[in-house]
Amino acid sequence: MGRRVLITGLGTFWGGRVAQALEGDPNVDVIVGLDRFEPTVQLERTEFVRADQSYSILSRIVKATKVDTILHTFLVVDSSQMSGRTLHEINVIGTMNLLAAAGAADSSVRHLVVKSSTLVYGASHRDPTWFREDMSRTSAPKTRVERSLLEVEDYIRDFAEDNPHVRVSLLRFANVLGTDIVTPLSKALDLPLVPSILGFDPLLQFVEEDDVVRSIEFAMRNDLSGIFNVAGDGRLPWSECASICGKRTFPLPPLLTGLATAPLDRIGIIDLPPETLALLRYGRGVDNRQLKKAGFNYRYTSAGAVENYAKASRLRRAVGDSRPAYKYERDVENFFRRSPAVVREDT
Amino acid sequence: MGPGNRIGEAPRTNGALVPLRPPPSLPEADPHRLSDVDEWGRSERTRALARRLYSFWYDTWFRVEWEGLEKIPKHGGALLIANHAAAIPSDAPVIMHGIEKELGRPVYGLADYLFKSVPVVGTLWARAGGVPAHPENAYRLLREQQQLVLVFPEGGKGPGKTYNEKYRLRRFGRGGFVEIAMRAGVPIVPIAVVGAEESMPIMFKIPSMAKALGLPYFPVTANQLVFGPLLGTMMYFPAKFKLRVLDPVSFDVPPDQERYSKSRIMDEAEAIRVQLQDTLYDMLRSRKSVWFG
Repeated sequence: MGRRVLITGLGTFWGGRVAQALEGDPNVDVIVGLDRFEPTVQLERTEFVRADQSYSILSRIVKATKVDTILHTFLVVDSSQMSGRTLHEINVIGTMNLLAAAGAADSSVRHLVVKSSTLVYGASHRDPTWFREDMSRTSAPKTRVERSLLEVEDYIRDFAEDNPHVRVSLLRFANVLGTDIVTPLSKALDLPLVPSILGFDPLLQFVEEDDVVRSIEFAMRNDLSGIFNVAGDGRLPWSECASICGKRTFPLPPLLTGLATAPLDRIGIIDLPPETLALLRYGRGVDNRQLKKAGFNYRYTSAGAVENYAKASRLRRAVGDSRPAYKYERDVENFFRRSPAVVREDT
Repeated sequence: MGPGNRIGEAPRTNGALVPLRPPPSLPEADPHRLSDVDEWGRSERTRALARRLYSFWYDTWFRVEWEGLEKIPKHGGALLIANHAAAIPSDAPVIMHGIEKELGRPVYGLADYLFKSVPVVGTLWARAGGVPAHPENAYRLLREQQQLVLVFPEGGKGPGKTYNEKYRLRRFGRGGFVEIAMRAGVPIVPIAVVGAEESMPIMFKIPSMAKALGLPYFPVTANQLVFGPLLGTMMYFPAKFKLRVLDPVSFDVPPDQERYSKSRIMDEAEAIRVQLQDTLYDMLRSRKSVWFG
C-alpha cells in the first residue's frame, strides 16, 4: 500500500511545488492539499481542500482520509508578507491544530515533516561560525517571525516526545534562492543597487529551491526523524552575492538602520524586515552535515544557488515572466479528474 | 544520527560542550565563488596586502626577533597562546605576521566577539584572519581543519592592565583553552612576548568613559601624551620585540570527549601560566634596553 500524504499550504509556493514533486511518485497513493487559497500550479491528482488559515477542520480531514504522512510546509518565514497577527495565526495556531489532529487517539499519522527555518538561530555578533542542530541561539529573539517559529518548534518538540510512534522530521532551511521564489534577499539582489549595511559584509548561506523540495521528499521517503539543517555548502560575503549578480552594493547607515530604511520600505523600493537587517549585519552559518550523513546530496552550493538565481533573474529581465499563468478552476479540475467522458489510460 | 539530535531532547546551550564529530575534512574549492573569503571570513588576498603594509612595523619599527620558531608545528593543528599587552594589543599582528612569513602557514586569531559588532573594523578584522572566540569555532579550526589558532588566555585583562603591572600575567580565564586543545587533540604552544607592554603602555583608565562607550576599558596611554591625543591612539612606541616559543605541551587524553576533568584542566592551565611567567622574567633579566633589546 502506498502512502497517503497531506500537505499544508497547498496554495503557497512550497506546498504547490512539493505536491507537484510527489505526484510523479507511484508509491504515493493519495495527496490532499489544504489552503485558504487555490493552488497556483497545475496539479494532476492532488485533491485541494479549502480551509481557513488555522486549520480548524483538520482533525476531520485526517480522520476521513486516513493520511499517514503530513508535510507541514505552511510556516511563514517572510514577515514582510503579512501582519504579525496573521503570521501568529498561521504559524502558531495552525501548527497547534495540526498537531492536535495528528496526535489524536485514533490518528493514522505516522510521519510528520515540518519546514522550519534557520531564523530560529537568529543572527548576532556572538554567534559561532556554524550552528549545529543541537545548538541554541545566542541572543533573545526580537522579531515576531523568529518568536513564532521558536514557539512552533517547541510544540513540535513536545509532540515528538508525546508521540514516540510518529516520526518527526524538523527541517530548518537557510535563506532560499531560486528560479521562482521571491524573498526579501532575492528582492534586494534584484534592485539596481543592492542594499548593504555600511561597514558590514556578512557571510551568508543559501539553499536552492529545488534542493528545498528534494529535501522534503527525501525526509519523507527515508523516514528521517530528528532536526536537520538544510543549507548549501559554504558561506559567502554579501558583497560577493551582489558581484555574482553583476551588481554593486549601496550602503545603508549602520546606526538606526531600521529608521533609515523605513521610508524606502514605505514607498516600496526596498523590503527589508528586521530579521533580514540583522542577517545583513552578522550573517549566519549552519552545519549541513547531519542531513548529508543521512544520505542527502545537495545539487547546489551556497554560491551555486546565488549564480543560478542570477541567471534566472537575467532571463526574467530579458524576456519578462516566462511562466504561463495558471488559474485554478474547480469545475475544470473536477471534470478532468472525475468525469466519465475523460479517457484515462492508466486505469 | 549524531548525539543530541533527537527532537524530544532539550537543546544543549553550553557552547563549551562539543560532542563527537566526523573525521577531519577541509572544504573544497567552489567554482562559483568570485572572492577568496573563506568560511571564517579570512581572505588570503587581504592577508597578503596586510603583510605588505605591516612589514614596515614588523621589520623596522618593532625589529621583531624570534627564538624557537621551529617548535611551531609545520603541519597539523596547534593552539598558540601568548601573553597579551598594550592598550591596542600589538602582539597579535606581530605573531600572525611572523608565523605566516616564516612558516607560510595561516594563523587564525581568536578574539572577543565585540569586534564583530563594530562597523568596518569587524569586517577588516575578519578578512585579516580574526575569528570570534567561540569554543565551536576553535574546535572546528583545530580538529577538523588542522589549522594554527592563536588565543590569549588572559583575554581583555592582559591589555587592560596599567603600566605598573606590566609582564605580570593575569588569570588564564577558566582554562577553556586547555579544554579545547584536549578535545581537539592538538598541542598547546606557548609564546612569550617581550616588547608589547612598552609599545602602548596605559597610564591610567577612565572607568566612566568605558561604561558610557560600552568598552571593556578606556585607557589613557603614554603614547597619547607623547604624540597627542589623536595620533597617539594609533601610534606605537618603537619598543624592541622579542618572542620566545616554548616547548609544545601535549595532553595524554583522548580527544572528542564530552567532558574532561576540571581539576586536570585547571592544573594544566596553571602550569602553562607559571612556565610562561618564568620565561618572561628570564627574558626580562637579559634585556638591556627597552628600545634595543
